[in-house]
Amino acid sequence: MELPRIEGERDNIFLTSSNPTWDPARALVRIRELQTLPGALLPILHALQEEFGYVDDAAIPLVSQALNLSHAEVHGVITFYHDFHREPGGRHLLQICRAESCQSMGCNALVRHVENKLAAKLGETTADGAFTLKPVYCLGNCALSPAVMLDGKPYGRVSEEVVDFLIDSARRM
Amino acid sequence: MRIYVPCDSSALSVGADAVARAIMAEISSRGLSDVTVIRNGSRGLFWLEPLVEVETARGRVAYGPVTPGVVVELFDAGMLEGKPHGLCLGLTEEIPYLKRQERLTFARCGITDPLSLSDYIAHGGYQGLKRARTMTPEAIVEETVQSGLRGRGGAGFPTGIKWRTVLKTPASQKYIVCNADEGDSGTYADRMIMEGDPFVLIEGMTIAGLAVGATQGYVYIRSEYPHGFRTMRRAVEIAREAGYLGPDFDIDIRLGAGAYICGEETSLLESLEGKRGQVRPRPPLPAVEGLFGKPTVVNNLISLATVPIIFDRGAQFYRDFGMGRSRGTLTIQLAGNLKYAGLVEKAFGLTLREAIYDFGGGTRTGRPFRAVQVGGPLGAYFPEALLDTPLDYEAFAEKKGLIGHGGVVVFDDTVDLAEQARFAMEFCAIESCGKCTPCRIGSTRGVEVIDRIVAGQDRARNLELLNDLCETLLDGSLCALGGLTPFPVQSAVHHFPEDFAKLKV
Ligand SMILES: Cc1cc2nc3c(=O)[nH]c(=O)nc-3n(C[C@H](O)[C@H](O)[C@H](O)COP(=O)(O)O)c2cc1C
Ligand code: SF4
Repeated sequence: MELPRIEGERDNIFLTSSNPTWDPARALVRIRELQTLPGALLPILHALQEEFGYVDDAAIPLVSQALNLSHAEVHGVITFYHDFHREPGGRHLLQICRAESCQSMGCNALVRHVENKLAAKLGETTADGAFTLKPVYCLGNCALSPAVMLDGKPYGRVSEEVVDFLIDSARRM
Repeated sequence: MRIYVPCDSSALSVGADAVARAIMAEISSRGLSDVTVIRNGSRGLFWLEPLVEVETARGRVAYGPVTPGVVVELFDAGMLEGKPHGLCLGLTEEIPYLKRQERLTFARCGITDPLSLSDYIAHGGYQGLKRARTMTPEAIVEETVQSGLRGRGGAGFPTGIKWRTVLKTPASQKYIVCNADEGDSGTYADRMIMEGDPFVLIEGMTIAGLAVGATQGYVYIRSEYPHGFRTMRRAVEIAREAGYLGPDFDIDIRLGAGAYICGEETSLLESLEGKRGQVRPRPPLPAVEGLFGKPTVVNNLISLATVPIIFDRGAQFYRDFGMGRSRGTLTIQLAGNLKYAGLVEKAFGLTLREAIYDFGGGTRTGRPFRAVQVGGPLGAYFPEALLDTPLDYEAFAEKKGLIGHGGVVVFDDTVDLAEQARFAMEFCAIESCGKCTPCRIGSTRGVEVIDRIVAGQDRARNLELLNDLCETLLDGSLCALGGLTPFPVQSAVHHFPEDFAKLKV
């Protein structure tokens, strides 16, 4: 039997990297793996973000050269998409849905609660570098609103108590 | 003996993994060697998640919502034999919420192991492709036209007609692109299929490839769906290993990067090509000049996942469901403030009232219903008085609403429609691709104007200004993000004027 997902298994798509230090050699390995794909730019940017937790500006020349694009084009793509971060984020990424379905179940109050608790606004990283807080417009968990995602793991029907528990547990990790 | 514990991300979000672990621990501590735990997709009855099912001689028996703490008690009560317990829901198929549905696209979702090809085939998988393989491309296209299938991504364009254009456009290379960007709040049907029955999408895309002569497919999945992405990627590998994908038709799975506009088909194509997700002017249609300039079918995931059953059972079978020009079934996704929010696949024609009350059970908070938004962030807000509107493309258009991808988000009487209208403008500003001035700038102006209305400044003049802004958005937008943002805004003003008239602090 295959158990496709185990709790605690970290999901790489959003994650803060285990080794966030920028390293051109590691970056080039990831770029070379993907550069021959048709439309390789997004897959490469996702891979870099997975590797380092963000896309360092120093990656732009490497990517430009690999894909034969101008620096401006690569820069333009990085800045267009909400997902790509140009600075290292916190150790944990907390995404709070603030789209309509979650609004109907009080997500705006939940956002205020979390902002107060972490002393950081949506889009910011806490002073101790533990959490980056981001708004998200729908996690597809709308039957169990309000919803959040912590380090790629979904949570539904999230009350203030639940989000406190999630934050406190993550902090201890 | 099998026990089913869903691995759908909504189920995971309320602890399905912990339940699965507790069940496995109990199996091993009782030394039960013949019990297997299967991680299935979700049946879509989310208030009952984690919904555990056991296979019995009578059929599958459901228990839910199960928590890890109650697992030992369930084993003691004889859950493995389907015996009674406070959480026992009886035979799954007999649960009224499921029994009253017409599950065609979702025929297997929640029943099978999503990553078992043999399970897929044992439950009718690949029957549609088998039949399509005996047909000419023209006949496949014709069958799709005859089924009456219309795109489930929002616009409701006839799928067969789109395919016909791609078939008739000669080219050295053609593509099938599945739009799994599912950005609308209140929707999760695409996600459920990716996590619960991914092979049905692969089969549907393969049939589409045969129909138009495409050998390469792409699935563009939003990054907010990491589980769906992983399941889909694994399913493609499995299908490839088994020879269901290969040189004749192959699929690549790609990830979006958090831009709502990339659900718009031309923006999605730009994104797949590795560019900023900016909307392309049309013509040319993607069907003529799409991905990398080649003729491309872009279809919503549910449109493509519905193709296999059409070919398995025939166009006539499918078109016999529905009303008027809306044929087949709609995958209604009940969301927001509802007691029983979940997936309801029903023939077109169910009224909103039936969806909200007969299925949804009214508000979860127990407060009076006040508004419903159907069709995502660009859909209109409807009041009580419009609840008898049937879910049908034309009926909704007549009431200045849209069905979109089938999301139904319910609000109780604490909602403030001026705030919702403001959010619609704010969302348009956040997600605008930047090409058109009204959408890029006008939306931010819209937020300011609504703020002034709510603050009681020059209310009449500002309401007029808001209306003018909406007209400018309607006329001056290249795509429906700018073009439809007036729907939620104007419906809020029209149906709930009182929310714009009271002075707020
Ligand atoms: C702003 C905007 C967002 C959209 N988002 C989606 C989406 O997330 N998923 C989708 O399938 N279609 C979306 N669409 C519709 C697509 O442009 C397109 O009509 C659809 O993918 C065609 O497939 P269908 O004919 O099977 O519906 C969106 C359109 C607009 C204007
Ligand atoms: S309406 Fe908005 S999102 Fe659409 S093309 Fe224009 S600027 Fe881009």
